[in-house]
Amino acid sequence: MIDLGPHAVFIVCAYLGVAAAIAALIGWRLVEARRVSARLAELEAGTPRKGTPT
Amino acid sequence: MSIESAPGENWWTRIAHPGQFVAWSRRLVLPLSIATVLLFALGLWFAFFNSPPDYQMGDTVRIMYVHVPTAWLSQFVYGVMAVSAIGTLVWRHPMADVSMKAAAPLGATFTALALYTGALWGRPTWGTFWEWDGRMTSTLVLLLIYLGIIALWRAFDDQLRAARIVAIFTLVGAVNIPIIKFSVDWWATLHQPASVFRLDGPTMPPSILTPLFIMVFAFTFLFLVLHLIGMHTEVRRRRVASLERRLAQKGAA
Repeated sequence: MIDLGPHAVFIVCAYLGVAAAIAALIGWRLVEARRVSARLAELEAGTPRKGTPT
Repeated sequence: MSIESAPGENWWTRIAHPGQFVAWSRRLVLPLSIATVLLFALGLWFAFFNSPPDYQMGDTVRIMYVHVPTAWLSQFVYGVMAVSAIGTLVWRHPMADVSMKAAAPLGATFTALALYTGALWGRPTWGTFWEWDGRMTSTLVLLLIYLGIIALWRAFDDQLRAARIVAIFTLVGAVNIPIIKFSVDWWATLHQPASVFRLDGPTMPPSILTPLFIMVFAFTFLFLVLHLIGMHTEVRRRRVASLERRLAQKGAA
């Protein structure tokens, strides 16, 4: 690991914060995409989930 | 007929028809994702292992490689939304609504990250996390505008009606973008003036500009990937809503 000097904690926190936010953003987009695609496939196949009007 | 197999011949239909748009643009996601990963790997290697500390700021200059790209995206994403808003209001382009809606949470996140990384860079260099000066305050206002736009989208069940109202709000809010850009020239501020895009050339050496540009491209590609995925999801969500409405009408009849 390279020496980041006396302010290393600020640098590390900046990169970790950005990495965490990007990971959350990617995760959210993928989960949302999967959930909506599954629901669409269900509706297009004509097999609505339990509890939805038919 | 599934959402991705709707007919379409000319380029305008391929852009404007939601099903056609998803069909051709989904092929871009994988190559763009690979390019994003490679750019980030290269950018981070430069940022930590192949760029010098600044002669004044020391290693804290490395925060710039995440601060400047997120700050750039905070404004670029708004630009994308403003162009999409014109598409909604002038041409009633169906994908313009979708683009506006998918971009807003990304813009809000990048703006929040620009403020966060700016605060962490400000403390060791200026001695403070925050100052109510032109650049920081106008960027905070941008974040509030993004949050307002997200709230507006959620306030309406009818997304077509929401799109026109959000488009007007977005275009009014666009006045904040030049304010952010020129705030460092108009008012006394702790923030440094423009140092990359200047008439007399950048004030940084190539050893610092190289990682900066690679990271700017990496973040911009990341936005493109997430925006495309978000647009695809939004198209499908609207199709789901329409099918559910049809089912509900059938149930009521």
